Amino acid sequence: MQILPIFAALRRHKLVMWLLILEIALTCAIVCNSMFLIAQNLQRMHMPSGIAEHELVQIQMAYIGTRPDSGARTQADLAALRQIPGVTQVALVDKLPFGSGNNSNIKLKPDQPQPSMNAGLYFGENLLPTFGVKLIAGRSFAPEEFVTLDQALQGINDNSPNDLPHVAIVTQAMAQRLWPVQNALGKTFYIGKDIPLRVVGVLARLTRPNTLQAGPAFSFVVPISENLSDGGGSYVVRSKPQDRARVLRDAVAKLKAIDPNRVVLAHRTYDEARAAFFQADQSMAGTLVGVCVVLLVVTALGIGGLASFWVAQRRKQIGIRRAIGATRGDILRYFQTENFLIVSFGIAIGMLLAFVLNAVLMKFYELPHLPLYYLPIGALALWGLGQLAVLGPALRAAAVPPVVATRSV
Amino acid sequence: MFGYYLDLALRSLRRNKVLTGLMVLAIALGIGASMTTLTVLHVLSGNPIPGKSAQLYHVQIDPRDSFGYRPGMEPMDQVSWIDGMNLLHAQGAQQQALMTGGRVAIQPPRTTLDPFFEAARYTSAGFFPMFDVPFQYGRAWTAKDDQDRARLVVLSHVLNDKLFGGKNSVGKMLRLGGHDFLIIGVLGDWRPNPHFYDLNVQSYNEDEGVYMPLTTSQDAGFDHDGGTDCWGNGADGKDMTRNDHCAWLQFWVQLDTPAKATAYKQFLIRYSEEQKSLGRFQRPPNVRLRNVMQWLDYNQVVPSNVRLQTWLAFGLLLVCLVNTVGLMLAKFMRRQGELSVRRAMGASRRMLFTQLLVESGMVGLAGGIGGLLLALMGLWVVRHRPAEYASLAHLDPAMLLITFVLAIGASLLAGLLPAWRACHIAPASALKSQ
Repeated sequence: MQILPIFAALRRHKLVMWLLILEIALTCAIVCNSMFLIAQNLQRMHMPSGIAEHELVQIQMAYIGTRPDSGARTQADLAALRQIPGVTQVALVDKLPFGSGNNSNIKLKPDQPQPSMNAGLYFGENLLPTFGVKLIAGRSFAPEEFVTLDQALQGINDNSPNDLPHVAIVTQAMAQRLWPVQNALGKTFYIGKDIPLRVVGVLARLTRPNTLQAGPAFSFVVPISENLSDGGGSYVVRSKPQDRARVLRDAVAKLKAIDPNRVVLAHRTYDEARAAFFQADQSMAGTLVGVCVVLLVVTALGIGGLASFWVAQRRKQIGIRRAIGATRGDILRYFQTENFLIVSFGIAIGMLLAFVLNAVLMKFYELPHLPLYYLPIGALALWGLGQLAVLGPALRAAAVPPVVATRSV
Repeated sequence: MFGYYLDLALRSLRRNKVLTGLMVLAIALGIGASMTTLTVLHVLSGNPIPGKSAQLYHVQIDPRDSFGYRPGMEPMDQVSWIDGMNLLHAQGAQQQALMTGGRVAIQPPRTTLDPFFEAARYTSAGFFPMFDVPFQYGRAWTAKDDQDRARLVVLSHVLNDKLFGGKNSVGKMLRLGGHDFLIIGVLGDWRPNPHFYDLNVQSYNEDEGVYMPLTTSQDAGFDHDGGTDCWGNGADGKDMTRNDHCAWLQFWVQLDTPAKATAYKQFLIRYSEEQKSLGRFQRPPNVRLRNVMQWLDYNQVVPSNVRLQTWLAFGLLLVCLVNTVGLMLAKFMRRQGELSVRRAMGASRRMLFTQLLVESGMVGLAGGIGGLLLALMGLWVVRHRPAEYASLAHLDPAMLLITFVLAIGASLLAGLLPAWRACHIAPASALKSQ
């Protein structure tokens, strides 16, 4: 196959050629970056939480007004939930991974001007076995270490250390961040107005509720027991995955029967709660996929449209080439090679554009560099697309009979 | 002449239906995508209180201790109870309101409804006149009610519809969080978007059903809902009115002229200095006075995903335009023969050029109609998404106009180069080669 005649022909159609190259380059740059954004979104959406996700249901209840006996009522609720067949663990927790809730600044010394890190804070009695998080070092909390939430809040307001928790269990990621080379067990860190917490255990993984950009695996648990007060915590019930729907139904019915005068704010499986948290990412990924598809279709139609214009314009030349001995295959390959050359050139420029676009996006959004392996994938996709788009017009060109050469029009 | 060009353009477009269809489709896709995202952006970055947004200012002061202070840093977004009350009682502006968000449990009078939680706004009386809030029934409360911690509420008309079937409920009692409240007013249709006066809870489509005096809410022991920023030994908890190390209230003022705004800023600086000399504040006076649009901008209220989608859609439009330029070039060059004949018979270049542009304009018009349909479809999809702004995504007349201006403008732009090329062919050689 001779390439030089193709160049000679293209030189006579510079404008159209450059338009095609520009279109392919823009498509290449946008599609590469969109694919990268989609991959980033998917990665976020599939982030592990560290808890037994498929075994949990969440029920958020709230009393109307304050209940002086809410501690006892909470215990009654928990006992009732434990009675439901199939339920293995029950807890009242203040938050769950991928939900709402505050984070805490962590200091290594009291009076440190800037915090060392920021981490998610979890509490609730029986939280570890219910979440199903793995303790890889140290121990779990002892019952006497727990304080109630009201007590802890009072302790903060009155500055009385006796009402505050003294120990904490941290995730491995948090331990490594605070004490990179030393063993975290027995070490102390400070939260809030210099409340000391001694590390007694280390967890394999427990993802923080939100603010994932500050380090998703940084979180810690303190021995505070939550009370069901005004919209506070969530009941988390663990069972086998196939029992969840029934357990959720029974649990809501049971809680309502115990005290009808309260409000169910949310009741759902943990999978639903997680999906709700990532809804924005999901719809963004959907939009990006849609835009990529539209871009590729438009580009393919553009390539096909211009190729058929060229075929129509060169009917006579094709006829002459056929008359002096070119086979149908030669004509077909001519148009395919021409397309390959143009698309290659477009890809080359498109790669540069892709990196420029990535640099711009990195400036405005929290994005890493575009990995290099996106380029060969993008190139292959565009080459394939170009060949597919040119096939129809090229076949039409190959079908031009040699007799055209002898006609005047 | 224009009619003749239209006729020619129609004939030409009809002659090659596939190519015409491709061009219209490309423009329609580009316009449809850009108009969908542009409409969302337009709605989300809209002015929530047009006509008054330049006179309403959000107040920021910096009451924190010197710990962690860096010169040039932003003051806190909210104010503490004590500062808020000091500023409110100083009456330094024409109107002022101190407020925060909350959630109250409602025990409906009709027993067919289960109790439920409703978003609430706890505010001083200045809120209603300052934000020009319309009333359907009754009236707002007064500064005296604030002082008396009167147990009264104003309902949104949505909540009034839900609880009382839309009837005038003024004078009735409503049980909130275990206390009885007197309904004194029902608001008209009022839902500013973005929810500019408090961006802590939700920026869009926040629908507060209950409004009550801030003092009353604290008297009744209702928790506030939203952001709390504490410093020193402050911590979030019960009875926030005694806590002077946590900021959890928004303070808004109305200042009609720039001179008044400057004077008020001076007043805030003086206040900060005074508090510093009293030993409450430790930092040098650090105040900000942002009007509504500046405040929204500072808080980057438009989600970054929406902005990214808009850029993406314009990238798509650009590719579609390049595509259309190529296809138009192909189409016009194919008609060399016809154009040469017209040139040879006396048509000037300018006439040919106009004729070809009319043809591109028609492609644009068709593309605009297609794009409009696609945009309506796109907005329908946006409305069915779970985002908090979803239900706001509607096309307004301004955006409708922009759609057609953009579509026709874009296709004229795409037609310029091909038309210029096509009418600069030497007619003699083109005719000969036939």
